This record gives sequence, structure tokens and C-alpha cells, in this order.
Amino acid sequence: MDKAVALELRGVTKSFGSVIANNNVDLTVYKNEILAILGENGCGKTTLMNMIAGIYFPDSGHILVDGEEVVIRSPKDAFKYKIGMIHQHFKLVDVFSASENIVLGVKDGTRYNLKEVNNRVLEISQRYGFNIDPKKKIYEMSVSEKQTVEIIKVLYRGADILILDEPTAVLTPQETEKLFKVLRRMRDDGKSIIIITHKLHEVLSISDKVAVLRKGEHIATVNTSETNESELTEMMVGKKVDLNIHRSEPVDPQTRLTVSGLTSTNHDGIKVLDDVSFTARSGEILGIAGIAGSGQRELLEAIAGLQHLDSGEITYNNPKNGEVVNLRDKTPLQIRDLGVRLSFVPEDRLGMGLVGNMNITDNMMLRSYRRGHSFFVDRQRPKDLANEIVNSLEVVTPGLNTPVRRLSGGNVQKVLVGREIAASPKLLMAAYPVRGLDINSSYTIYNLLNKQKENGVAVIFVGEDLDVLIDLCDRILVINSGRITGIVEARGAKKEDIGLLMTKTERVVIDTEEENNG
Amino acid sequence: MAKKDNTARIHEPLFHIAKRDALPLGKTVLIRASAILISLVVCAIVCFVLIKINPLELYSTMFEGVFGTSRRIWKFLKDSAVLLCFALAVTPAFKMKFWNIGAEGQVLVSCLASVACMYYLKDSVDTWLLLIIMFVASVLAGAAWALLPAICKAQWNTNETLFTLMMNYVATNLVAFFLIKWTPDGSSSLGSLPYGHLPQVLNEYLLLIIVVALLTVGMYIYLKYSKQGYEISVVGESQKTASYIGISVKKVIVRTMLVSGAICGLAGFLIVSALDHSVTTESAGGQGFTAIMVSWLGKFNPFIMIITSFLMIFLQQGADRISTEFNISNAFPSIVTGIILFFIIGCEFFINYKIIFRQKEVK
Repeated sequence: MDKAVALELRGVTKSFGSVIANNNVDLTVYKNEILAILGENGCGKTTLMNMIAGIYFPDSGHILVDGEEVVIRSPKDAFKYKIGMIHQHFKLVDVFSASENIVLGVKDGTRYNLKEVNNRVLEISQRYGFNIDPKKKIYEMSVSEKQTVEIIKVLYRGADILILDEPTAVLTPQETEKLFKVLRRMRDDGKSIIIITHKLHEVLSISDKVAVLRKGEHIATVNTSETNESELTEMMVGKKVDLNIHRSEPVDPQTRLTVSGLTSTNHDGIKVLDDVSFTARSGEILGIAGIAGSGQRELLEAIAGLQHLDSGEITYNNPKNGEVVNLRDKTPLQIRDLGVRLSFVPEDRLGMGLVGNMNITDNMMLRSYRRGHSFFVDRQRPKDLANEIVNSLEVVTPGLNTPVRRLSGGNVQKVLVGREIAASPKLLMAAYPVRGLDINSSYTIYNLLNKQKENGVAVIFVGEDLDVLIDLCDRILVINSGRITGIVEARGAKKEDIGLLMTKTERVVIDTEEENNG
Repeated sequence: MAKKDNTARIHEPLFHIAKRDALPLGKTVLIRASAILISLVVCAIVCFVLIKINPLELYSTMFEGVFGTSRRIWKFLKDSAVLLCFALAVTPAFKMKFWNIGAEGQVLVSCLASVACMYYLKDSVDTWLLLIIMFVASVLAGAAWALLPAICKAQWNTNETLFTLMMNYVATNLVAFFLIKWTPDGSSSLGSLPYGHLPQVLNEYLLLIIVVALLTVGMYIYLKYSKQGYEISVVGESQKTASYIGISVKKVIVRTMLVSGAICGLAGFLIVSALDHSVTTESAGGQGFTAIMVSWLGKFNPFIMIITSFLMIFLQQGADRISTEFNISNAFPSIVTGIILFFIIGCEFFINYKIIFRQKEVK
């Protein structure tokens, strides 16, 4: 090893109440190196990084920067040791320009001079190959540009150790590739980069080393070139996992939902849905791909009766009696009264799908509490259902009386998906159902969706991982800025083609048979 | 490893704060008890330093002032019941995160409605009929006073805190207006009216206390076991979840405020028919605001609210007693009340968090 050590953790332990988030973790980060941190949800990745970035303080253990023992009590301390973290959720002032955001809070003793800042920002971007206009306002920026600002913000403060928490979650494949190029340049410039990600193929393509955490403990650090997906998964989960999604052929697909010409504007007068038309069929999984915030949420909420529409029709073919009902301008309650068996797993699990402060039983009750004419609620049946879901989906919880917000992300999602499937839907919509979930829980969810499909349910699946969309779905609808830019057959679809459609503003016809490189 | 440990701790901050798991009931009781004990000690020191009174004498006076005679005990129970009734009224709204600080005005306006019935009907109808009319008028008036902010909140998302607060002033001035109208001599003081008195059972306050006790049980059941109570919790926790699941948020807001206002109406009816037999601009006596604290401290649980309203009334009456007994400014009892409440509310921090001190060096 001729590389110099940049950062070293020795026996770092942190617990929250009785939960041990990190137990005696040793970790070494070298200069000129990209280290990927891999682990299931709740394995303590983010906690560990937050301790390096000064957001949490370890219960015990040491942190060494350049071989010197340091105490990092706040993000300010972290910057003192040239450590910067780029969080998953951006912390930017919308009405400020890129440069103004970057210089915000910097106290280097010099007078505030925006021109000089602009120059330095440009200098940094040129050095690492960013593409940014320092004078552009944040609200005019795309997600990837905002991320760039966050990264430059950290570099501007002179960080040598950069921590990126799931940076690719919001990016298209093309943008991800661009980001990786930049990261490689930074590495070659002598920086150390720590990247947290769930996506194994990204870990393999970007990192030099992978550190695997499991249940708060550091399992191993391996050289990326000497490992592969299945080995990493095994280390992460502790047992072998089947990473294949078994896709069956749709059986007798019938039109279940027809959407035509949906148009909707938000409070700011911006079109969030623009002439959206498609059909969803029984026994089929229809995937929806697109950059985050392209109208996916509004589309699903429109179908569920939660989004106001300017024009368009939504019709549902009831498989029970062959009736065709119109869902437009109906409230969720009216939709249910029409006999529509619609289940919806919204993106915002704890803010919309569940009530975080309520226990599992009371959350089960959300769907069923109205049953019967009694003035009082019946808690017995929801309790039985809760028990059943906890057992069949292996929800890890101290008990049925634990508020669901105390559960980990995967378990929260199991509770939500379990409840929605228990309503035996004929149409199931799931928005980012595996976001933030570990491999094991993700595959549980994929299997549940597949089972619903086999039972003849029309499934609409909004996803972000294109590999998964291509493996799981039958057809993929691509949406950008509220417009459908293409609907492709998932079998044989290419990731690059879909990525291209995600950035197009007009509808493009893509022939999946042909070689098509844009 | 051990050698490195010692060098590290030099840098460690003296203490840091960490969130606790749910504490067992016994420990929370212990923390709360010690908070009260410490507050009493601090009060003792303050009172000794400021007014040179023996603290033990102070506390025994306080106790004596509240529980000294059976009449005082009844007054204590009566005042607690009235305060609890106010608190029960605001609780459903608070549980829905609708910050109704207008209990004062809602009660006042229902007192006015009750008295208006007494003033105009006099003895033209039987007492039982008059009582029913008063009751209905009170409940309707209280509900109407709550309905207005609720509708505006539901329709246009107006700020309910300001709205309900302003409604208090409207109610006060409405009462002032009618007092001038009803008192031809211009004294603005109506005096006790001899109509529509609630019958006495054993003690003049017992019936009132029983009504509030029943209401407490009823409210507990309503919030915990009824479908409407469940909807209130869902809307309070997350309006997005409520609309996702098909609960009409507007309907729940309006309905809950009607319940809240109606209970204020009941409180107004009880104050007029069982206690005051009259109305002044001070009929609600600021208890509408104290009730907010009772409800919060009781964590919106009607049974815990019994204890918190006892506590508030004990402090109020004990403090009053001190200022008359020792002939000191009535600002001093407020200091004592403030210190005790500070410790009681402050101890919640130690129930939710723990402080981890720097560990001693181990050789």
C-alpha cells in the first residue's frame, strides 16, 4: 500500500436508545480512492457517515484524519478537517444563484465579492469537468444541476474527503455517468470519495474499494476488481440471495384502466400532466419511468382521485360485472363506492400512506374502519390483519403497538404494501415501492407485485432503477415534464433508450429491434 | 487499544444528549415526582430569600387554603370541574391540531345565551323547560362561535389561532353591550337572576361535578373508540393521509369544532345555571386559556387531564391563599406557580432524552 491514509475510524460505536447503529466499526479511507459503502437499510451507513460529517457524535471510538486524532462535533469541525458531505436532500436557497449558495456561510476572512466567487466556481468546474452557470438561480435548475451545486459547495470549502449519500437516486443513467466521470477526476486529483449507494452495478463501476456493513458492524472491505454482485450481496445480507426477477408472461390481458388526454396544472400554473393517455391491462405490470418529479406522482394521484384535472378521462372496466365507470372528478371514497378495487402505495409512505405516530393495527384500520354502521371502531379485525402481515411478510417490529415511524424503511413499506394488497385490488398502483429499501426487502416487494400480476391484477409500478423496470415490467411508459415520451415493450428494451426518452420533451417512437444510439 | 482510549477522551466533550427509548412507567413517575420535589425546594429558597417566610409555613398555608375546610374542598372540586370541562372542550380540536384558543369566547357567548333566556323568559315557563331552553341556546351559541372559524379554515385555510382569538374579543364586547342594554341604571352589572337554577343534589356543586365526570368518560371513549375520534386522530396526524384514505378533511374540521364549541356551550350553561346565575365579561375568567395548558399537560387524555386540572386549581387557589394570608402582592404567588410549572414541563425533556457524561478515564 503506497497510498496515503486520509481518514481512519477506530472502534466507532453509536447507539440510539437500545438500538446499536454502529458497533465497533473500523474503516480506512485512502487518498486517491473511491470507497463505496454498501449495506442493507438500517445497517448504519448513514449514521456512520453522519459521525464523520459532524452531525452525530460517537459514543466511543476514534476518528483520525491524516493520522491525527480529531474530534468532530459539528459540520463546521468537519470542514476544518476538510471533510464535506453531500446529503441526499439538497439544502439550497431557491431564490439564490449557484454562487450565492456556494459562498453562503463561508467565513474565510475575505470580503464578500461575488465576482471572485463566480470565478472560483468556474475554476473548480473546469478542473473537474462540471457544467454549471454560477449565476443561474436554483429554482431554474434541474435536479442534477442542484447536485452539482452541492458538490461544488463542498469543494469550495476545500474539502479533501467527500461523502456522497445516495447521489444517483435522483439521476438518469446519462447524468449518473457524467457524475461518475467527475468523481473519477476528483479521485485522480488526490481527493478521497466515500459514496453510499444501493445499486450494486454502480458500486462495481465507480468504486475502487467496497466496505460492507451489516447490522451496524463492518464485515469487510474488499477491492472492487476482485469481487462481484453475488459475493457483495451475500456479505451484505449474510446469506445467498436470488437476484433474478422471475417474470411470467401476461395471461389473458384485458383492459382494466384507460386514461386519455389527462391534463392538469399546479398552483403555479405549470402543467404537471400534459395530454397523458395509456391503458393498463390485467395480468400485466406497467412500469412508469422518468426523472423524479416528472408527473409520476400527479398521474397516480389523479387516478386515485386526489389530483384536480383540467381535462381528460379516466375509465375503469370492472371485471366483476363488465361495467365501465368514469373516475374523473371523484373523491377516493366515491371511487370505492363505485366498486373500483383500487389500491395505491404512495411515494410518501409515512406522510400519506400511513400515519407515522399510529401503531400497526391503527394503520391497518385506515382502509377498513368505516365498515359497519356502529358508531365505534372494530379493532379486532385490523389486529388480526396486522398479525397476519407481520407474520407472512416477516415485518421486524417490537410489537403491534409500536408506532410505525419507529420501524425501519423496509418494514414500513411491508406494512403499507401488505395493507394495500390485503384489500384484494384489481388495480394496484405503487410509486417507488422499493425506494430506500435493502436488497432483501426489495425482492420481497417485487415478488409481491409479481404475485398480484399472476392473480390478474393490473399493476402500475413507478420505479427509478431502470434495470429493475426492464426486468420486472411488461411494458414501460416513459414520462417527462408531464408528457408521455414513449411506451416501450420491456422485454428487450435498452436502458440507454429509456434514459434518452426520459430527457426528451416530445413523444418519440423507438423501435426496440433496431440499434439506436442517441 | 486501551492505551489509545485514554488519549482520546481528552478531546471528548463533557456531555452530549441522546434520545431515549420509551421509559417504563415507574421511571417516568419517578422523574415527574422528583421534578415536583425539586420545584418545591427551589420555591422554598426563592421565598426565603425574597420575603423571608418559612417555606414550610408557606406550603402548609397553601395546603390549608385549598383543603382546610370542607367548603374549600368543595370549591376546589367545583373549580377543577369547570376547568376540566373547558379542557375537555378544546381537546378534540387540539387532537386534530386545530389550535382553538377561543374556548374563552365560546363559553362567554353561551353564558350570554343562557342569561338571555333567563332575562327574557323570566318565570313565564316552568323551570325545567327554561333549563332545557337555556341548555339548547347555550350549546347552539357555543357551537356557532366555533363553527365560524372552522368553516373559514376548511374553505380558505385561514389561521384558526388568530380567528378564534379574535372571536374572544367579539364575545366579550357582545356581553358588555347586552349588559348595558339590560341594566337601565347603567351600572352594567346584572346581578343574580332568580330563574333557571339547576336543582341541587346534596351539595350545591355535586351535580355539576357529576356532569363533568360523565363528560370526561364520554370524551375518553369518543376519542379512543369511536370512528369519529379515529378520524380526528388521522386528520391531526396527517391531512394528506386523511384525504388519501378518503376522509373529508373539511367535514372533520367542521364537525370536530362543532363538538368542541358545543361542549363550551355546556360549560357556559353550567356556569350560569349552577353557579353564577348571571353574566359578566369575566364569566369565563381566563380559564379558557388555562384549559389549553391542562389539555396539553394531560397529553389530550381526559383521565390524565383530571390530574392536571387538579394541579392547576391547587396552584391557583393555594397562591391566592398565600397572598391574603401573608399580605403580600399577588405577583408573588404567580412566581411560585411559574416555578412549579417550569419544572413539571421541563422534566419532559429528561423523559425523552438522556444526557451522557464523559466517561471517567479507566487506567
